[in-house]
Amino acid sequence: METKNIMIVGVGGQGTLLTSRILGGITQDNGYDVKLSEVHGMAQRGGSVVTYVRYGDAVAEPIVEEGQADVLIAFERLEAMRYAHFLKKDGVIVVNDERIDPMPVVIGAADYPENIIEELSAKYTVFSVKAMEEAKKLGNTRTFNIIVLGVAAQHMDFSKEQWLEAIEKKVPPKTIEINKKAFEIGYTC
Amino acid sequence: MSKKVIMLGNEAIARGAYEAGVSVSAAYPGTPSTEISENIVKYDEVYAEWSPNEKVAMEVAIGASMIGKRALASMKHVGVNVAADPLYSVSYIGADGGLVLVAADDPGLYSSQNEQDSRAVARAAKVPVLEPSDSQEAKDFTKFAFELSEKYDTPVMVRTTTRLSHSQGQVELCDRIELEEKPYEKNVAKRVMMPGNAKKRHLHVEDREKRLMEDSCDFEINKVEYKDTSMGFITSGIPYQYVKEAIPNASILKLGLVNPLPKKLIEEFASKVDTVYVIEELDPIIEEQVKSWGIKAIGKEILTVQGEYSANLLRQAILKQEVSIDAAAEVPVRPPILCPGCPHRSTFSVLNKLKIHVAGDIGCYTLGAVAPLNVVETTVCMGSGISTLHGMEKARGSEFIKDWVAVIGDSTFLHTGINSLMNMVYNQSTGTVLILDNSTTGMTGHQDHAATGKTLKGDRTYAIDLVKLCQGIGIDNVQIVNAFDIAALEKAVKEETKKDELAVIIVKAPCALLDKSPVTVQYRINQEKCKKCMQCMKPGCPAITKNPDGSLSINDTMCNGCGLCDQICKFGGIEKVEL
Repeated sequence: METKNIMIVGVGGQGTLLTSRILGGITQDNGYDVKLSEVHGMAQRGGSVVTYVRYGDAVAEPIVEEGQADVLIAFERLEAMRYAHFLKKDGVIVVNDERIDPMPVVIGAADYPENIIEELSAKYTVFSVKAMEEAKKLGNTRTFNIIVLGVAAQHMDFSKEQWLEAIEKKVPPKTIEINKKAFEIGYTC
Repeated sequence: MSKKVIMLGNEAIARGAYEAGVSVSAAYPGTPSTEISENIVKYDEVYAEWSPNEKVAMEVAIGASMIGKRALASMKHVGVNVAADPLYSVSYIGADGGLVLVAADDPGLYSSQNEQDSRAVARAAKVPVLEPSDSQEAKDFTKFAFELSEKYDTPVMVRTTTRLSHSQGQVELCDRIELEEKPYEKNVAKRVMMPGNAKKRHLHVEDREKRLMEDSCDFEINKVEYKDTSMGFITSGIPYQYVKEAIPNASILKLGLVNPLPKKLIEEFASKVDTVYVIEELDPIIEEQVKSWGIKAIGKEILTVQGEYSANLLRQAILKQEVSIDAAAEVPVRPPILCPGCPHRSTFSVLNKLKIHVAGDIGCYTLGAVAPLNVVETTVCMGSGISTLHGMEKARGSEFIKDWVAVIGDSTFLHTGINSLMNMVYNQSTGTVLILDNSTTGMTGHQDHAATGKTLKGDRTYAIDLVKLCQGIGIDNVQIVNAFDIAALEKAVKEETKKDELAVIIVKAPCALLDKSPVTVQYRINQEKCKKCMQCMKPGCPAITKNPDGSLSINDTMCNGCGLCDQICKFGGIEKVEL
């Protein structure tokens, strides 16, 4: 199998690491070689963060480069736009339709781009979800990234049962049930 | 049956040390090395500690090694500078129990103040260096490092980079090796480095280098893969993966030991391929040696000494391929910022208001250098803020620093800041030092230190009292101020900077991310009372947003109720909400 390239992007603190670890788990359980590459440290403090997940028969390079991603999972609109050029021609963007202002916008030095989802949809296949609103309804805003993962899972190679199993293995034991529910919400939207 | 698991590079290094039977691990947190200690502590058989700095960590490991136990010290690249003093001498002393230093370099400066190459330090100290290229090798090479250390009577450096340390890959687990207890024998000639002894030990070091250079030609970790011989690549570590990805059909000499180099093996490889390329991130350490032997090779003529490499970079530089990629969208940058509720934001908003210049230091609070806070004007290295302020005073007189302070975090203060403060006492400084005490090592992800009352193992211990510590070295003028009481902080800074007396202000409030319990208080904009004066936005809290219609709102998923905005607002435009 040709190596599949997934990117998870967002704002530091949004939980990209947990999502990538679930992805790493499910690919390994399915017998693939897998490499994940993460960002720790200072860049995590509210900065733009990116995690790469590559799986296939034998993976060498641990990063995904421009023009190579099959799926781009974005936890924030502006970050989807920042990394969209990493997608392959037929790649898919799954984006959490939420706005988090970067510091240049907060201090008035830059404007937050309008119509991001529309602009991206003109060029790429885009699936958007208001995951934070859904997570609030579910009663735990921290589950929003699992809702986004649920949307992305519809466009990937594994079965729903495999996803639920992978989630169970990676999330804190107390949050298994609520995260499974969150996944279902995303998987059915 | 062996078990395969996915492991972070750093986790695999910890596992390798565990399997090698390591007894003692010592470290100071630093990206990208921190997770080595955070993982090794999970093994009950290993004693693991956070030491106050890397020099101490290195010496703790040396002590364990001297009495025959295997020991590990891990640190980021700049930490190796702090540990350089013991490292250079223990190169002479050698190792009884295997002694391994993990040095984590940061090409691309994800979280560092420079981009130095630890291999250069190891070369200067004449210490062997192993460089793994994935998680499996991270584990295997760490184990091998302990064997090598004992066999050649030397400390061994395992060099990793951010991309290896923070990438995950599959690792096959093995059991821990049972080691026999070695009896301790007094050996002054080997362990007391005074001139007469050190002269003799230097001979050992030179002989060791020679032997390793020859023996390593047969080491399994130095691997030759012959395919298309028109191009041959000498490489190691993560760049090996980029060569494999970009030029799968290439002939490769993959070096596992990158210091000293297996000269004969390299000469043989070079003779069998048409064009030799040396692919290494950062400095041309391998390349310059290879060229000095008269081998024609291509390296930094076409490749950079800065940042990380990638397969695309090699495709362009070596294969001259046009890599066509879409242009990136032009969007506002998103640099790292202080978190909502961060006590440093409160402190810096006061310093900004008072137009105070700041001699800064290493930690999250370095972010006080950027907009909108813009108060930190210097950052050199761990502990440097206090001493640079002292230098300024001695150069220009005490009047010059009347609108200056030094800021330093609690962990950084105990790392090396305390030395600088002693110097201020000794040499009669009149400066003002702010210790930003957030009760943790923040930027690296919340590690305990000597003033938190908890060890790496999670045991309770004595918490060094920063007030008593400052008083103990002779500073009478020490006070504690709550970081979120901006009126009190303003008063303290104004008064202390005016005085002709050394002052320490401990600005205290825990890191906003330390308390993981649900938020019980938040703030909202009262749209009727809000004058839209934007004063509350000045400190740059990411939870406050200006809406397209000019009104403000506070994001209820981000606000953690610190109340800084409420203290700043003069119109009652911000109200407290109990949740």
